[in-house]
Amino acid sequence: MAADGLHENETLASLKSEAESLKGKLEEERAKLHDVELHQVAERVEALGQFVMKTRRTLKGHGNKVLCMDWCKDKRRIVSSSQEHAVTMPCTWVMACAYAPSGCAIACGGLDNKCSVYPLTFDKNENMAAKKKSVAMHTNYLSACSFTNSDMQILTASGDGTCALWDVESGQLLQSFHGHGADVLCLDLAPSETGNTFVSGGCDKKAMVWDMRSGQCVQAFETHESDINSVRYYPSGDAFASGSDDATCRLYDLRADREVAIYSKESIIFGASSVDFSLSGRLLFAGYNDYTINVWDVLKGSRVSILFGHENRVSTLRVSPDGTAFCSGSWDHTLRVWA
Amino acid sequence: MAPTRPQTPRPLRVNSRGAGLRPGRSGAGNPTLPASAMAAGPAPLGGHPRAQKPHLSKMERVVVSMQDPDQGVKMQSQRLLITVIPHAVTGNDVVEWLIQKYCIAEDEALHLGTLLVQHGYLYPLRDPRRLLLRPDETPYRFQVRLNWEQTPYFWMSTLWPAAELDYAIYLAKKNIRKQGALVDHEKVGYHHPSPATPAESSQRNPSPTSGAHSPGSKLIQMHKHTHPIEGVSEGRWGVHPPELGVGKSFPLETFNHPQAHYDQLHRKINHTWDLVVMQAREQLRAAKQRRKGDRLVIACQEQTYWLVNRPPVSLLLEGGSWTAEKSLQGQCVSLRCSLRTCLLTLGKDVSFEILAKFLTKTVDFYKRRIECCRKALGRTRVKSSVCLEAYLKFSSQRGPHDPLLSGCLPSNPWVTDDDTYWAMNAPSVAVPTKLRVEQWAFSFRELLEDPVGRAHFMDFLQTEFSAENLSFWEACEELRHGGQAQVPALVDAVYQQFLAPGAARWVNIDSRTMERTLEGLGRPHRHVLDDAQLHIYMLMKKDSYPRFLKSDLYKDLLAEAVVPLETKRRVFPFMWKPRHSSPSLALLPTSTSGEPEAAAGSPGGGDGET
Repeated sequence: MAADGLHENETLASLKSEAESLKGKLEEERAKLHDVELHQVAERVEALGQFVMKTRRTLKGHGNKVLCMDWCKDKRRIVSSSQEHAVTMPCTWVMACAYAPSGCAIACGGLDNKCSVYPLTFDKNENMAAKKKSVAMHTNYLSACSFTNSDMQILTASGDGTCALWDVESGQLLQSFHGHGADVLCLDLAPSETGNTFVSGGCDKKAMVWDMRSGQCVQAFETHESDINSVRYYPSGDAFASGSDDATCRLYDLRADREVAIYSKESIIFGASSVDFSLSGRLLFAGYNDYTINVWDVLKGSRVSILFGHENRVSTLRVSPDGTAFCSGSWDHTLRVWA
Repeated sequence: MAPTRPQTPRPLRVNSRGAGLRPGRSGAGNPTLPASAMAAGPAPLGGHPRAQKPHLSKMERVVVSMQDPDQGVKMQSQRLLITVIPHAVTGNDVVEWLIQKYCIAEDEALHLGTLLVQHGYLYPLRDPRRLLLRPDETPYRFQVRLNWEQTPYFWMSTLWPAAELDYAIYLAKKNIRKQGALVDHEKVGYHHPSPATPAESSQRNPSPTSGAHSPGSKLIQMHKHTHPIEGVSEGRWGVHPPELGVGKSFPLETFNHPQAHYDQLHRKINHTWDLVVMQAREQLRAAKQRRKGDRLVIACQEQTYWLVNRPPVSLLLEGGSWTAEKSLQGQCVSLRCSLRTCLLTLGKDVSFEILAKFLTKTVDFYKRRIECCRKALGRTRVKSSVCLEAYLKFSSQRGPHDPLLSGCLPSNPWVTDDDTYWAMNAPSVAVPTKLRVEQWAFSFRELLEDPVGRAHFMDFLQTEFSAENLSFWEACEELRHGGQAQVPALVDAVYQQFLAPGAARWVNIDSRTMERTLEGLGRPHRHVLDDAQLHIYMLMKKDSYPRFLKSDLYKDLLAEAVVPLETKRRVFPFMWKPRHSSPSLALLPTSTSGEPEAAAGSPGGGDGET
């Protein structure tokens, strides 16, 4: 079976084995500079005390599973999306939503393969659907979206295995990112000075860091044993955490170019669906498919607390922009704010 | 008991002589092959067990160790009314065992135990419809995975195609037993009309709230509550993702109603209904020959299995044939890097074109991967010790600034319902708080990110006659993140104001960068000023910023900064339980852990409520 792009002497098998051997070499190189483990370094750090957090608000209003949520920069407002056919947002199966930095618009999308931007209005009579602007167009479902530093650009991740950067005004594709071998499930923008990279995680168990300008993959990490459902940068931008169906969360350092910590416990069996850091990066909050939220001490690697409350899978979790609380959304149709 | 896993799991099917029937794999040349094997669609290729969701295998490891004769949960005979059930465990023992084994607290053990029950690995002998683990003397048994020839087995991971026919047989048995009337909770008050076409059905969205006044809706809610696991085969989003390349809406899977299934199934597999009824009758007859204890156990097993594995209504409506396998297949959309997986997923029906297209994509995929690896091999890395130390420093520096870690002053608005914290930390305040001003010294980026910080920095630069640097940087940011249509105009404006010879606010860039930039201006794009912007940014960061931090301007800001008073009660999450109450109640600290001074300035004493 002839396929385009293969040179003589190249077969699919030979390409695959070359990729494998390079990967092996890369692992060796990475291991050379690994001189200490995080929990060893963290021995000097004071342990955290008894930790108690409670649900402070329960938001009911969705008629179905909550799939995604995002905070507004004003630290108080939240946009959330669910599985229902809502009147104001006529796109069913909204799997991704994001607040614009200005607070004046939101973006959402899902099984319609598109990401649409809706300007927000507080005028109840105005039909939001009328002002909707379709921005992104993928060939499969939209799994995640995020505004970059302004209201003008959106980054999307899709079940078609690619991520893409779009201009909101014109809907033009500015850059696309190919490299994942399966659905891309999540993404997060780096809080770096140059603001040019982002990380994505997918069903191919890989987390990949991309250069937004060139579209190239800068770094890739493949240590998870199952789909990566969520990725989030450490506040300093030097590392990121991932949550996966293999019931672990892992911390990857970008400068050391390797995984540096695994957050897991034998009694935690179900996959982590979403993760986020507290403001100082000392705490990692992770929502799981067994309805619980586990709080991890990032430095020591131990679990600080387990939070019960949701009656179904926790599907989304975000810390508020000022770090005073975090919000979790669940298939039990509610959102809870914890502090 | 030491269960062994058989090669070809199949449900027990009884032929007219009452003996077990082994359905063939390929479906060809076997005269006694039951119709279900043919109706269920292509058999899995090569008998290769499909990669299952990781949580299932983990749960199974737990359950296997629970059944260990030495280290496992205590098993004994339990009485159930007048029947004695062997090999049962009590809820209490299960909880105790989990606490011991995983070093967890009781609430987590209870939670984990309940999940095991809800997934069918453990089933209650009393009240089997309520899938909970009770921490008392309630008896439970482990779902078996013995040799299929002796008893059917129901572990979720085995994933034999729990075909519609098996489900139909199960329902038919129930029907016969109850003389044609399925029990109340299985009956439907909600009437689900059959769709004219699959397309129509996928546009309609039945939801519990739309049937709010129908008699079945309350049952729906109740039923939903006792069975929160909505089908483990539903994938990440709780739906079956669309087929490759096509996005379509799926009807909501809101509830599972055996009666609705029964009717749908009847319509769909009408031609084999005789077989269904015959099988049901045979199974019932064979069951009568078992001991009462075994009968009860098997009935519970079966019921639990179908509670967990029944097919979703949506797929029945679509008219496709449902198997547990297909549901999982729905998850494996889009490209997979393994050709073998592709074949397993798409089955033998995949067309030549699709395969060729897939193959090309795979070539690209590997080439990209090789490229990425090669580049990665060339990059410089930093020693782990250096990187990890950085986390320690970062976290200790930011700890006091982290409300969830250290609390915040005057109080966390979410806890006390007092907005003062937000008012004091609004994006533009006249007098920022001390913590906020301190944070400007952590990094240049954070200074610039804070509008108040940036404004003060601009003031400082003006005293040094280098304010154009910051203005230039801001203009570049606007270009980088602005709309595509504005790019040419913005580039031109920046050039006129900052880069042109004799410009009003000329910025000092090194000649090489300037040359490159000016060249690029011929074809303006949003990144054309990146190099220049970076140069100016680093200039400010290395030069102006450190001077700013040492300046009187900054020192004065620090001195004038506000330190909010603590409110009546301190609400550090790590000290004691914050209460959910209105701010008017003043609570005194209740912990005796040597907690430092009581809240200053508290107006009068509180109730001292615990």
